[in-house]
Amino acid sequence: MEQQIAVSGLGGQGVLFVTKLLAETALRTGFSVLVSETHGMAQRGGNVVSHLKVFPRHDSKEEAAEDSLSMQPMTSPLIRPGRADVLLALHEEALAAHGFLVKPEGAVFCNRSDPKGPTDVDAVARAKAVGSAVAANVVLLGYAAARGGLFCTVDELRAVLQQWGGSRMEVSLSALDAGARAAREEKTA
Amino acid sequence: MGARTILLGNEAIAHGLLEAGCTMATSYPGTPASEIMSALMQLKRRHNLSCHLEWSVNEKVAVETALANSYAGRRSAAAMKQVGLNVAADPVMSAAYTGVKGGFLLIVADDPGPHSSQTEQDTRQFAMFAKLPVLDPAQPAQARAWIAPAYELSEAYEIPVILRPTTRVCHARQDMTPKAFQTAAPQPVFEKDPARWAATPKFRYLLHKRLNEKLDKIADDPRWQPQMLNRKILDEAGQWKTADGFDKVIVASGAACAHAVEILRDLNLWTRLPIFQVPMPYPLSERFCTELLEKAGTILVLEETQPVIEGQLRDRAKVLGRLSGHVPREGELLPEIVENIIRRFAGLPEVSLSPPAAGRRPTLCAGCGHRAAFFAIRKVFPKGIYASDIGCYTLGLNLGAVDTVLCMGASISQAAGFHHAFRAAGQNSRPVVATIGDSTFYHAGIPALINAVAQGCRFPVVILDNGTTAMTGHQPTPAAGMTTNGTPVPAVTLENLAAACGVTHVSVGDPYDVPGFTALLKAAKDHCRDEENGGMAVVIARRPCLMDQARREARRSPAHAPTITEKCEGCGFCLKFFECPALVFHGEKEAVTIDETLCAGCGVCVHVCPHDAIQWPSVSPA
Ligand code: SF4
Ligand code: SF4
Repeated sequence: MEQQIAVSGLGGQGVLFVTKLLAETALRTGFSVLVSETHGMAQRGGNVVSHLKVFPRHDSKEEAAEDSLSMQPMTSPLIRPGRADVLLALHEEALAAHGFLVKPEGAVFCNRSDPKGPTDVDAVARAKAVGSAVAANVVLLGYAAARGGLFCTVDELRAVLQQWGGSRMEVSLSALDAGARAAREEKTA
Repeated sequence: MGARTILLGNEAIAHGLLEAGCTMATSYPGTPASEIMSALMQLKRRHNLSCHLEWSVNEKVAVETALANSYAGRRSAAAMKQVGLNVAADPVMSAAYTGVKGGFLLIVADDPGPHSSQTEQDTRQFAMFAKLPVLDPAQPAQARAWIAPAYELSEAYEIPVILRPTTRVCHARQDMTPKAFQTAAPQPVFEKDPARWAATPKFRYLLHKRLNEKLDKIADDPRWQPQMLNRKILDEAGQWKTADGFDKVIVASGAACAHAVEILRDLNLWTRLPIFQVPMPYPLSERFCTELLEKAGTILVLEETQPVIEGQLRDRAKVLGRLSGHVPREGELLPEIVENIIRRFAGLPEVSLSPPAAGRRPTLCAGCGHRAAFFAIRKVFPKGIYASDIGCYTLGLNLGAVDTVLCMGASISQAAGFHHAFRAAGQNSRPVVATIGDSTFYHAGIPALINAVAQGCRFPVVILDNGTTAMTGHQPTPAAGMTTNGTPVPAVTLENLAAACGVTHVSVGDPYDVPGFTALLKAAKDHCRDEENGGMAVVIARRPCLMDQARREARRSPAHAPTITEKCEGCGFCLKFFECPALVFHGEKEAVTIDETLCAGCGVCVHVCPHDAIQWPSVSPA
């Protein structure tokens, strides 16, 4: 299993958090990861994108191989245009800004106040319903995972959030479940 | 330790330093290097380490401080971004001659693109200029793993070694297995040797000679020779026989190498096209170059951002790269660009690339004190020349309140230059205003202010004091009055500094208080114009960074937003000249609205609207 995921949004929407959560989940389910992030000026309200590549871990006997490029199935932290399997769009502007990364048969999960496509969800409304509009990022993640679009399951994501703990854990867990619920509702509807 | 974890490139570098027993690290923040020091400080706290860590006042001071620790026989590091190396150029050039005792690692993060910098300069080229070995890791795991052997190299030859990660290494994350920290450090020992540590020009010649001899040996150091990454695969595929040589070969370093390896696999070229990774682009082994030129038909060089490896291959008839026009001369080598270069090289059809859509431009946060200060400056000094500086407030560009941005500290010296230029031409009336952040003022603004005073300039300097180095992740400034360990030290305040620089008119105000702050600017203006007693003026706009506050208090304080009354004509003035992200424009003649999830409740927009349409909700009668 290999998966290339782009996470796009505006500065302050929690792109980095979603990416970190996905990467940690990949690590704990036995994968290796490469991630690329946006830092600096663009974080001030500009378009922010993270690239995540998940691929089988190369189990090497020799320690020296860890830093060798020879053994890794993926080596670049960046996704080339038309190669992402999944785009998580935290804002509809993300489609225009980073839609070009997704391959034709790839999946785009988008947070929209007026869901249009079959993989759109009003993540902000659902996040507000669990008490925190800024948790929309985690709602979208729960939604994408429950729709079967990601390398990992909602339970695997939940386990990492629980292990991380922290003051926002409860909100994040509720947001994750709210996203998963949105996906289930669609299925039964 | 020992468990597999995901580390940001800069965190990986911090781990590498501590695994190698670094006892002192210094840094000045700058994207993409900033998280190296933040990660070190976190690890120090978590593991109760005794190393000395500091955010130095600038990069020159950082290098000099860490260098002395290395003179005393202990492993040291100084970390900065590439333009910071320009500031530190003086000690670095000289340290190449004096050499070091304890290992010295100069970590300089380059920013091809550029994403957050004023130049795309290549530190590897600077290394050639300074005559220092430079390492070019392709991934976070390499950056970490190379640090211990880099210290060995530095100590074996008593020479500073440069580690040059780029944005794609610093801000990439990768899983790896860190090692235990080396906590046993040697006692500091300084052996006096004036012929070396205080060498006069006569001895400098000898030191230079010794440096050249060191470089010859380092070039052939077996640990750092170029490696053919797919030799084993090529052998198995029967494609590679050392005796025959090969038709085409790729030579790459840094992130470009990481992209190239993945692309070779995708294009099924991994078993056919040999690729060398060059871990140390300078000094490049003479033997490697000669052999390569003898055995290869054509050589493609992929490196960022200057032709450093390419330039060292003497016979360039068969070398393709930046000098030959096969690799773009500017901009980041994104993987899609690398793919097309490799396709062309291998005779495969290229893929067409459409330029990505222009995204949203970054802007100052809602409720940022800088926005308020800029608005007042424009009001009091209409048609002024606004010389500004490096930091979040560079975004004052969007407000038409920033006309020049050159490098750290240049706002004051350039304002002085404009002042002299217009005065010399007999135009005393053209107002010039310098805006500079607090951290930038400490870094490089002080000498410029002294100079402006000493040269009889008369213009206001507005120090945008948000109490932190916000752009790069909120590092403390010397005004904090505390070291990173929490030890109290005298606070070095802006007002005392300005006065000590000889400025007789110094005022402090809160830019949220629009009328009050405007009055301060007017007073400063009058002082600059006062023929008899006037001179330079400094106005300190003091308002803590909102993000910094939220970060420290781990929450965003609930804000109440002003209301927009029916007086709003939708003229758009507030958007054009104020651009608060919380103000939402709905088209001409439509009333604007306030996005309450963004609004910080600063109330400045109340003073911005020329039609008095923005008001605080009137207090309901009790
Ligand atoms: S609030 Fe004032 S400045 Fe803004 S659009 Fe309305 S009338 Fe113009
Ligand atoms: S009060 Fe006005 S200027 Fe301040 S954050 Fe809110 S909308 Fe922006």
